[in-house]
Amino acid sequence: MGHQGQNRRTIAKSVIAVVAMFGFGFALVPLYDVFCEVTGLNGKTRGQYSEAEAGKQQVDESRRVRVQFIANNNESMPWEFRPVEFQIKVHPGAMAEVNYYAKNPTSKRMIAQAVPSLSPSEGTGYFHKTECFCFTSQTLEPGEEVLMPLRFVVDQALPDHLSTLTLSYTLFDQTEALLDVETENKNELAVR
Amino acid sequence: MSAVLDNPIHDEHEHHGPPKGIARWLFTTNHKDIGSMYLWFSFAMFLIGGCMALTIRAELFQPGLQLVEPEFFNQMTTMHGLIMVFGAVMPAFVGLANWLIPMMVGAPDMALPRMNNWSFWILPFAFGLLLSTLFMEGGGPNFGWTFYAPLSTTYAPDTVTYFIFGVHMMGISSIMGAINVVATILNMRAPGMTLMKMPLFVWTWLITAFLLIAVMPVLAGVVTMMLMDVHFGTSFFDAAGGGDPVLFQHVFWFFGHPEVYIMILPAFGVVSQIIPTFSRKPLFGYHSMVYAVASIAILSFIVWAHHMFTVGMPLFGELFFMYATMLIAVPTGVKVFNWVTTMFRGSLTFEAPMLFSIAFVILFTIGGFSGLMLAIAPSDFQYHDTYFVVAHFHYVLVPGAIFGIFAAVYYWLPKWCGNMYSETLAKWHFWMSFVGMNLAFFPMHFLGLAGMPRRIPDYALQFADFNSISSVGAFTFGATQLLFLYLVIQAIRSGKPATDQVWEGAEGLEWTIPSPAPYHTFSTPPEIK
Repeated sequence: MGHQGQNRRTIAKSVIAVVAMFGFGFALVPLYDVFCEVTGLNGKTRGQYSEAEAGKQQVDESRRVRVQFIANNNESMPWEFRPVEFQIKVHPGAMAEVNYYAKNPTSKRMIAQAVPSLSPSEGTGYFHKTECFCFTSQTLEPGEEVLMPLRFVVDQALPDHLSTLTLSYTLFDQTEALLDVETENKNELAVR
Repeated sequence: MSAVLDNPIHDEHEHHGPPKGIARWLFTTNHKDIGSMYLWFSFAMFLIGGCMALTIRAELFQPGLQLVEPEFFNQMTTMHGLIMVFGAVMPAFVGLANWLIPMMVGAPDMALPRMNNWSFWILPFAFGLLLSTLFMEGGGPNFGWTFYAPLSTTYAPDTVTYFIFGVHMMGISSIMGAINVVATILNMRAPGMTLMKMPLFVWTWLITAFLLIAVMPVLAGVVTMMLMDVHFGTSFFDAAGGGDPVLFQHVFWFFGHPEVYIMILPAFGVVSQIIPTFSRKPLFGYHSMVYAVASIAILSFIVWAHHMFTVGMPLFGELFFMYATMLIAVPTGVKVFNWVTTMFRGSLTFEAPMLFSIAFVILFTIGGFSGLMLAIAPSDFQYHDTYFVVAHFHYVLVPGAIFGIFAAVYYWLPKWCGNMYSETLAKWHFWMSFVGMNLAFFPMHFLGLAGMPRRIPDYALQFADFNSISSVGAFTFGATQLLFLYLVIQAIRSGKPATDQVWEGAEGLEWTIPSPAPYHTFSTPPEIK
């Protein structure tokens, strides 16, 4: 039967297509991140910016940009979480530092992760953080309170029509997800 | 040497009738048997999903909570959607493909008969898994058929794992079915049957099969990511761990939009077979029909985000997806124009298949227009997640996909079982379905425009009248389907014998073989002029 050879080829091609599309579904995850990072959509700010790079920025004394700070707790997150200053004005190119306040009012040790989002999304490429509490997770003992620093510079190339940038942090409870990892690490150390 | 070995195997295949008893159905590789099983399975799912819809409509008959708990109501809306999409509409079309494609292209069977058996028999297990969750602690899936994360991950009932594996299994079944269809159409056509001579039903199924192969793996991927988020501590859709819930919507609708065409393209094929028969004219614009279906299929890959206009997209994205969506109206308009033109000055008669096909053309167009309204991004903010959306997709799926399936069953049933159905009962079935369906879904347009949100068990008092009308229509439509079951069984058992051609104007290879179609057809390929 001549059909069998043809069928086998059709099956082979189809199976390759199926596997490729299954892979494509997963490839959408990094593609989505790259797309968001390139376009600044979704307000995703980029990772850590080096101090040296930030120092190279020329301070633009001719204008000031308003930077607003917002804090949100994700559902069921009991921490007190707020910015110390709600708004500051900075010259583009100049380094600025603000603090966020956090307190764990519960009677157990908790781990939190802050996730940033910047609005308008057009500005994400011009907002550089040299230090941020969002780069790592935060662990607080029962009743502990902390001031968490954020150092940033607004790029001198920020388009003129952007006069306000709003930075929002959402605090997520990561205790369950991360406590296990922590104990595991400790156990490993103990074994060693 | 090999000839000696081949002979006994070959002889075994030359039996003339099916074996008796349950073994026939368990082990069959015959495309007609498998087609029948698919159709009966899908009808059973249609009734189960229908009962869930009636539970919803009974609760919504009056404002206030009367019959079910809100939690159970959510399970009903979710399961109704899943069962109807994956259990009723898709298997019904695969059943039609099994019965008809080999007979239409002059092939003795599907290209991969053993796999065909497997792809059917996975389905009862997949849906057994899915339906069993309703009886488990915590209840079944309650996050809507679109299972948006984090509702379906962080906040899902424990049974979500059963749902995920159920989706995996039905996905495998669909993919195998699609590969089979592609192999049959590409490799098994009778000599002389060029691609552009194929009946439109075959064409639409070929394109549907490509869509299935392209997007079902993406669905499998997205539920796998959910599985990993729920059980293995990954954060694909969890913002706290660096993921993004909006990503879920993008990946889901990348599958979801082609999926809605998977449910409608074979119905396009069915009415393109039926309308010429009862107009006694060849189909107007065969080539443009083929190109229109292909363009719709290609466009379906670049419009997914019109399901998520309100999620927070930049203006450019809103505009792109708005215009791309509207572009689909062009090939769809070509198709509607061709169907109407085929009927124009034809010698029309109105047997049940034709009635369902004409209703399809009219009502599907209404659904298409409400789709255009939803495509307009700025006004979609008003319609989003309201009953207007529910009205829209029920108008394209019920008088679209479901009426297409009814039309196909009436049209080809005499060929399958050798007997005519009762035209009187069929007309009752048509008119009761037509009235019931419009009564059920038309008021939902008004409800949605007035602001009634979807997926709620209770509503504000001003929506009461339209909701009670809608419920009356839904129960009319639902009850009428029992009449359909009765008349199909009556036709199989005691209908008047049908002629080989069955319908006066019917053309195509399937009408050249005897009625009922013998167990094996086209063992030697027919000659196509």
